[in-house]
Amino acid sequence: MVMREMDRLEGAEAEELYSRLTAKKLFFILAALGGLVALVLVATSIGSARLGIGEVARAIGARLLPLNATVSGKVEVIVWDIRLPRIVLGVLAGAGLGFSGTAMQGIMRNPLVSPYTIGIASAAAFGASVAIVLGAGLIGSEKYIVITNAFIFALLNAILVYGLARARGMRSETLILAGIALMYLFSASTSVLQYIATEEELHAVVHWLFGSLTGASWENVLVVSLVLVVCFLPLMRYSWDLNAMLAGDETATALGVNIGRVRATILVLSTLPAATIICFTGIIGFVGLVAPHIARMLIGADHRFLLPSSSVLGALLLLGADTVGRTAFQPTVIPVGIVVSFIGVPFFLYLILRVRREYFR
Amino acid sequence: MRLEVRGVRFSYGSVPVLKDVCLEVGEGEVVSLVGPNGSGKTTLLKCIGRILRPKKGVILFNGDELGKMVPRELARLLGYVPQSSPSSFPLTVLETVLLGRRPHIRWKLGRRDKEIVLKTLRLMELDNLSLRMFNQLSGGERQKVLIARALAQEPEVLLLDEPTSSLDLRHQLEVLQLITDIVREKGLAAIMAIHDLNLASMFSDKIIMLKEGEIFAAGKGEEVLSPENIWQVYGVKVTVSNDSGRPYIIPLTQRREYGGISPPGKGK
Repeated sequence: MVMREMDRLEGAEAEELYSRLTAKKLFFILAALGGLVALVLVATSIGSARLGIGEVARAIGARLLPLNATVSGKVEVIVWDIRLPRIVLGVLAGAGLGFSGTAMQGIMRNPLVSPYTIGIASAAAFGASVAIVLGAGLIGSEKYIVITNAFIFALLNAILVYGLARARGMRSETLILAGIALMYLFSASTSVLQYIATEEELHAVVHWLFGSLTGASWENVLVVSLVLVVCFLPLMRYSWDLNAMLAGDETATALGVNIGRVRATILVLSTLPAATIICFTGIIGFVGLVAPHIARMLIGADHRFLLPSSSVLGALLLLGADTVGRTAFQPTVIPVGIVVSFIGVPFFLYLILRVRREYFR
Repeated sequence: MRLEVRGVRFSYGSVPVLKDVCLEVGEGEVVSLVGPNGSGKTTLLKCIGRILRPKKGVILFNGDELGKMVPRELARLLGYVPQSSPSSFPLTVLETVLLGRRPHIRWKLGRRDKEIVLKTLRLMELDNLSLRMFNQLSGGERQKVLIARALAQEPEVLLLDEPTSSLDLRHQLEVLQLITDIVREKGLAAIMAIHDLNLASMFSDKIIMLKEGEIFAAGKGEEVLSPENIWQVYGVKVTVSNDSGRPYIIPLTQRREYGGISPPGKGK
């Protein structure tokens, strides 16, 4: 009887201890989300025509909520047609690259992995270059061949990496090495195209390689958000398996994870969003590498919290960088791919030195 | 409860590592696998845990073939404690032990899951390290965390690969005592690979001595741990004292000459 009582006490205690820990992490994610909403409002308000934050909020609210706000037509056009598509695409791209990088690093148990390092970005770049320089597209109309080509080559790369790794039992080392090898192959091929390109084509290729949100439209946003949702939700379901894989393949197997199948599924679920984003924006490499690390340093490696928080942090990073790139040297717009590295690298180095020294030991 | 290993063979490529290994473990039993490096102890454990697929032979749990079970089902039966764990993305101690519940849950942790984890942490005296990162721990603490994870799994059979290799003397005894107590109390079975013959002798009901992938001797400690067997398997001269009621092995100084060990009298 006394034992029973003690058991119950322990149960309550465990419950309390655990919910205290998770509450902290949930709070962090919500706070970061709040920050993101604020940043969206601020980013929408600044630009060549300065709007008030209240004006922006009203313009957004008028369409999303059943409010009876009066918004001037000019403001509505600036907010909804000019700025928001770009800003929302930035948020989605950051979020997608963030969780895609997290999942890839998780299944390969390697901190250097990102959509860029395993060749997805270089393959997409090659696809885009083929379209720009040779004018050859595999499918789709003239207008979209850069996008479709980039996407198809990114997937082709993923299939090759997957096939090579599968031949060796889906080991993480094979995945990484195959990815890196293909990255070099596609980079070299892109260089060849740049070499034979005319001045104009070269300019377009280089511009694509920078990565930018200039081409944003509501159609892009729709496509990207669909892919992100379809991939993010199942990825969340694999959180425990991702955690188990951090403890090594053998342990994960002993914990009931079907390593080969899970690794392949997660590879697909993380490649698709990255490929979709990159084909619309060009190469924005750093976010997918660094957002997962920042999130891990701040809230730890438990993927149940890490996947959402790396998404939010990726979105913050990308949108922040694009806003700076868009407004710092007006009217010149600096491509986000460049700004993200200039802002992200010092921030990242600061975190390495200041936060959780043990993390990189 | 009964775990049977029948005629298990395994090879890495063309190198045979296990040749027709058979063994049985029953409820409340601790079986130690001993043998020199490369004799197949770890491979055998991994074959039993289905981390490696045996090339031949079957492993039966209460008559059911393990090879026919789905991974989650297996993970509820078998808890595996590896020698070490990678720590490239370290989890906290708590998160690591929580992983032991993975075979039992879909996504959400229930009250019971949390309770078991807390109890296991207390049992292993890890509760005040709960929030430390795994890679900040000492080797001994890490090993205790890995054992705690397997215990939180609530398996029927514990498979331990050198569970005490980086523990100090006191913790070696404590951890092995704890494992044997839990095995007896809860009616589990344990199979552990262990190098230290004296610890094996102290804490196991049965000892299986492997040599080059085959069972060289099996049975109670006093039957298996004879100077004769140890000479045959390890090439080391020992005397065995029985003063403490169980065999205690004292190695004799090894005389080495250039060209290798020179056996005084070439065994038998």
